[in-house]
Amino acid sequence: MRSVHRSMGAFFVLLVAFLCPAKVAAQTTMLTVAAAANLGPALREISANFEKRGGAHVTLVFGSSGSLATQIENGAPYDVFLSADLDYPHRLESKGLAVLGSLTTYAVGSLVLWAPKTSALDVRELGFKALTAPGVRNIAIANPEHAPYGKAAVAALRRANLYDALKSKLVLGEDVAQTAQFVVSGNAQVGIIPLSLAISPELARAGQRWELPPEYYLAMEQGAVVLRKSKYEKLAQDFVNYLKTEEAAAIFRSYGYGVPGPRP
Amino acid sequence: MNWQAFALTARLAMIVAAALVVIGLPTAYWITYSRRRWKFLVEAVVSMPLVLPPTVLGYYLLVLFGNTTSFGRWYESVSGHTLAFTFNGLVIGSILYSLPFAVQPFAASFAAVDTRLLAASATLGASGWRSFWRVILPLSAPGLVTGIALSFAHTVGEFGVVLMIGGNIPGVTRTVSIDIYDQVQAAEFASAGQTALVLLIFSFVVLSLVYALNRKVWTVWPFR
Repeated sequence: MRSVHRSMGAFFVLLVAFLCPAKVAAQTTMLTVAAAANLGPALREISANFEKRGGAHVTLVFGSSGSLATQIENGAPYDVFLSADLDYPHRLESKGLAVLGSLTTYAVGSLVLWAPKTSALDVRELGFKALTAPGVRNIAIANPEHAPYGKAAVAALRRANLYDALKSKLVLGEDVAQTAQFVVSGNAQVGIIPLSLAISPELARAGQRWELPPEYYLAMEQGAVVLRKSKYEKLAQDFVNYLKTEEAAAIFRSYGYGVPGPRP
Repeated sequence: MNWQAFALTARLAMIVAAALVVIGLPTAYWITYSRRRWKFLVEAVVSMPLVLPPTVLGYYLLVLFGNTTSFGRWYESVSGHTLAFTFNGLVIGSILYSLPFAVQPFAASFAAVDTRLLAASATLGASGWRSFWRVILPLSAPGLVTGIALSFAHTVGEFGVVLMIGGNIPGVTRTVSIDIYDQVQAAEFASAGQTALVLLIFSFVVLSLVYALNRKVWTVWPFR
């Protein structure tokens, strides 16, 4: 019985320790940026640079654009939303959740076929034919219902007249990051993922890629908006503006994005 | 309402509950009656899915199923496909994930059987096997039903593991919980709400039955 008491005591000590307010890192303002999963590597570098210049600490939250938009519609406390398309930012604008006039196209994405280096498939040689090669049983794409890169992948497959034949082989990742994980782990033989993800160091080392011809899908213009809920609207707007600077554009380009010209 | 997802989920849960009877009974028997000193280790392993995030289990399974492991390559060479993104893969994942929900009630009800009855059974010449069927199992009936109902219901409610290894294929791996998640992501709140309500009622009914049974409110079985 005594040992029970002692362990109960230990439990309460732990409980109190957890409940005590941790020393809050109260310094500069915190900006929370919700971003499409394809932006991972590029945005980490860009926000680090932004922090260095401005002092605002940036917290990044990644997910599929649809998931993040739904979270925002339900009151998620984000300051900026970087979508993988323009539809979700428009939707948030029309619902009064985004600051009007803040919508900015910051990058244009593109799609690649990606397969591990160890694969017998030579995607660069085969192109679309890699998808119908004998050993290919599963093709990973992002979920077209709520991930723009998934929508574009389906559009490209339709345009190549492959969608109906391959439909039963498609496996859907929650976002582009999980889609890549399906192929990296060897469960799917080939995936359709953003170029930006395919040239991130880890995937570039492990895989081979073939860029889908751009005429097969609509240009993947990616838009950012400042959210109405933001307590730091000015700072959030600074961040969105920063995405359009030459410094940020150079980083986007180095990660495989196209960069739209300055707005007229 | 996506009936395909409901049918798939029901089939998955039934197969998993049946498999867990086959796997869970001997495991629970061993845990209850073994005198090995290290049996606490087995108990800990069996109970791990209770505390592990499903994503951890899902991640390990995804890696295990892939062709980077010898198991993944072996399975692929035997069956011609990997286990991820297949119904069988979900069955394996769900069995692991729901294991404690079957084994723990089984073991608890075995442990509650009066050992004097087992001793009496043995002195009357019954083998261990016969004692198990004629004494232990009938006396453990409520625990058995609890284990089966909980593993069935827990499989119906499974989400993380399926999300990690399923690949969201309609009719193959898109279960009800995944379907709800997709509907929410696509901002189809009306249909998400309907489906969610069905699951809510289902869980309530199953748990009510389990607790009614354990309190010996046999009126749930009118003709008894």
